[in-house]
Amino acid sequence: MIRIANGQGFWGDWLEAPVRLVDGGPIDYLTLDYLAEVTMSILQKQRQADPQLGYARDFPPLIGRIAKKLQERRIKVVANAGGVNPVACARAVRKAAPGLKVAVVLGDDVLDRIDDFLGKGFEMRNIDTGEPLATIRDRILSANVYIGAFPLAEALATGADVVICGRCADAALVLAPMIDRFGWTADDWDKLASGIVAGHIIECGAQCSGGNCQVDWQNMPDFANIGYPIVEAEPDGSFTVTKHPGTGGRIDTHGVKEQLLYEIGDPTQYNTPDVVADFTSIQLEDTGPDRVRGSGVRGGPRPPMLKASISYDAGWKASGTLVYSWPQAIEKARVADRITRQRLEQLGLRFDEIHSEYFGVNACHGPAARPVHDPPEVQVRISVRGSDKRAVDRFTREMIPLVLTGPPGGTGYGEGRPEVRQIVAYWPALIPRGEIRTRVEVVE
Amino acid sequence: MKMPLSRIAHTRSGDKGDIANIGVIAWLPGYYPILLREVTPARVKDFFGELVKGEVDRFELPNLHALNLLLHRGLGGGGTVSLRTDAQGKTLGAALLAMEIDVDDGELTD
Repeated sequence: MIRIANGQGFWGDWLEAPVRLVDGGPIDYLTLDYLAEVTMSILQKQRQADPQLGYARDFPPLIGRIAKKLQERRIKVVANAGGVNPVACARAVRKAAPGLKVAVVLGDDVLDRIDDFLGKGFEMRNIDTGEPLATIRDRILSANVYIGAFPLAEALATGADVVICGRCADAALVLAPMIDRFGWTADDWDKLASGIVAGHIIECGAQCSGGNCQVDWQNMPDFANIGYPIVEAEPDGSFTVTKHPGTGGRIDTHGVKEQLLYEIGDPTQYNTPDVVADFTSIQLEDTGPDRVRGSGVRGGPRPPMLKASISYDAGWKASGTLVYSWPQAIEKARVADRITRQRLEQLGLRFDEIHSEYFGVNACHGPAARPVHDPPEVQVRISVRGSDKRAVDRFTREMIPLVLTGPPGGTGYGEGRPEVRQIVAYWPALIPRGEIRTRVEVVE
Repeated sequence: MKMPLSRIAHTRSGDKGDIANIGVIAWLPGYYPILLREVTPARVKDFFGELVKGEVDRFELPNLHALNLLLHRGLGGGGTVSLRTDAQGKTLGAALLAMEIDVDDGELTD
């Protein structure tokens, strides 16, 4: 049995979590998932500004902080902290922790191969909309293929203490140690699928151990010291999800089910680069306090195409807010919205979309929100987006004047004019597997 | 007897592009048939109204006594394009807890 812990569900997750996983009890592997869909484009911009950047900058100091314990306890780290510059990330880790052996997995970055792919006739149509990539070719900011667990396992096999990659399937971070330790092969579909399911459960960190969980949340033990998840993986593919003793949160089948269903599509076809897992085959049982066992997972052959995540410049947006107080707070906020829209129209400004929400009334649930009667205050939030940056900038000057030129009782403008932000949009597409060659490098 | 969905199920929601997904999990195995009968794509689409521009798909996970709902074009463009506060649909699962369902007394076995 091996213990694989995940200490980071996204870049910006709780900084103390990985340290506590190393300190709080036995683990063999520590995985860290840093990359959300649009993170790559941010990192690409950072690399353009400085060729030594473009990776998760929280990562090297973290490894420096825990390096001694990693060595003492022979814990291996697998992380997608490399972003668009895994080698620079590895060098920074070597600097922060000179005693550790570091390996990188390369080959996910396909930004400079886009024209080659288009030339070969791969249209890379948007999986969601069906549009061909050519429509946004000149606005692409980053392009990365999701790689699987086998190249990561190959990197672990070099004896590296820290394995760094760029874009990979999140759950592959967790599957890789199982492949490395148990010797699973590419046609061990059920075992690979089981490892992917275990990975899916823990890839969002504490979201499977009590965080963001509806189950009796009022009585959730010690949120402030929530325990991040650990998978105890068996060579036959079955696994137990647990956490260190004495930590907060809760692990039971209800909470694990919530996470299993998080951000999935067809549950019979959970696609990853290594295997297609069938989530309708999973058997879960509570086997003790904060222990859930998973077994029976079935899988099928890996898909012939790999998913690519491409980011592109999609214009500009801004959001402004004002608060209106009782009495008639909702009515005042709605009038303020009408005035703003009329003034934008009178200025002849064109936007792709203008969207208005009322905090305290319908901002989260829209038309499905439960009715509110005569609240003490309401915040109106008006947002615009479009390709004309000047129009978006002009909008940001239209909210504050309402305080003296609109309905009574407007306030809450203390933070000044809204900020104009670039929209970096996400374009999911498919590329034939044969086009992608990964390689492992040990960074000295 | 009319009651909110929260009486028999809990939920979690998230995003994939402009698709919101809502996992709906029965509190007890015996409630799963009620989910199958009451939480239909048509009723979910009707519940969310203009918030969801596309169709609603439903997948069944009898092993987990759960449903997975996909709300197409449900996030105002999704990801960074959406102008909504909840651009990732994190709270749509909670919203659905208020959907009214019709349950016979005898079906609530707890």
